[in-house]
Amino acid sequence: MIAITEGPINTQAVIDAVQADGAGAINVFIGTVRNQTQAKPVIQLDFEAYDSMAVKKMQEIANQAAERWPIQKVAIVHRKGTLQIGEAAVVIAVSTPHRKASFEACEYIIDTLKQVVPIWKKEKFEDGDVWVAAHP
Amino acid sequence: MQVKIALFGITKEIIGASKLNYQLSETADVNQLLNNLRADYPALQKLSSLMIAVNDDYATPEQTLSAHDEIALIPPVCGG
Repeated sequence: MIAITEGPINTQAVIDAVQADGAGAINVFIGTVRNQTQAKPVIQLDFEAYDSMAVKKMQEIANQAAERWPIQKVAIVHRKGTLQIGEAAVVIAVSTPHRKASFEACEYIIDTLKQVVPIWKKEKFEDGDVWVAAHP
Repeated sequence: MQVKIALFGITKEIIGASKLNYQLSETADVNQLLNNLRADYPALQKLSSLMIAVNDDYATPEQTLSAHDEIALIPPVCGG
């Protein structure tokens, strides 16, 4: 399961998607919307995605992870649109025979996703909007 | 040749559209496209990074372009 979605992410469905008889561990990462950036209150976040390329890059990251760790199954779902504080922006689940690989693979996937997948977020503050990371 | 460029995030606001029809020389490469865009829209020069994607992959600066390519302007990404 590799997807960009506009509605709320069904975390349980993402976890269920990686269940495998050979798995001794399922590691789940949930990226959520934080209520502040450098002590400044955030009201909401808008996520935008280049859907076709984002899905392709997420699939490539999943394939790279599967080359490095004995992954049984992997699922990555990223949300786009307007999200409120506390909502999940991304859910990643990885199943492996033993737990260490599941932690490592999950961390690799979220770290790489942040660097290469074409998704952008705009933080909305009381006094205006800012595209995150756009400027040095 | 005329190419169509998909715009996202802050580049959509800088250029003021989500799609841009843009005129390029027949032999243009990615580097030329970026240089032309930065000249036409100086606010693009202030971004932390600016990449071009061609057919859903990041393009190298020397990659040549064709009118049929699906081209996108990729400002700094920050998913997750």
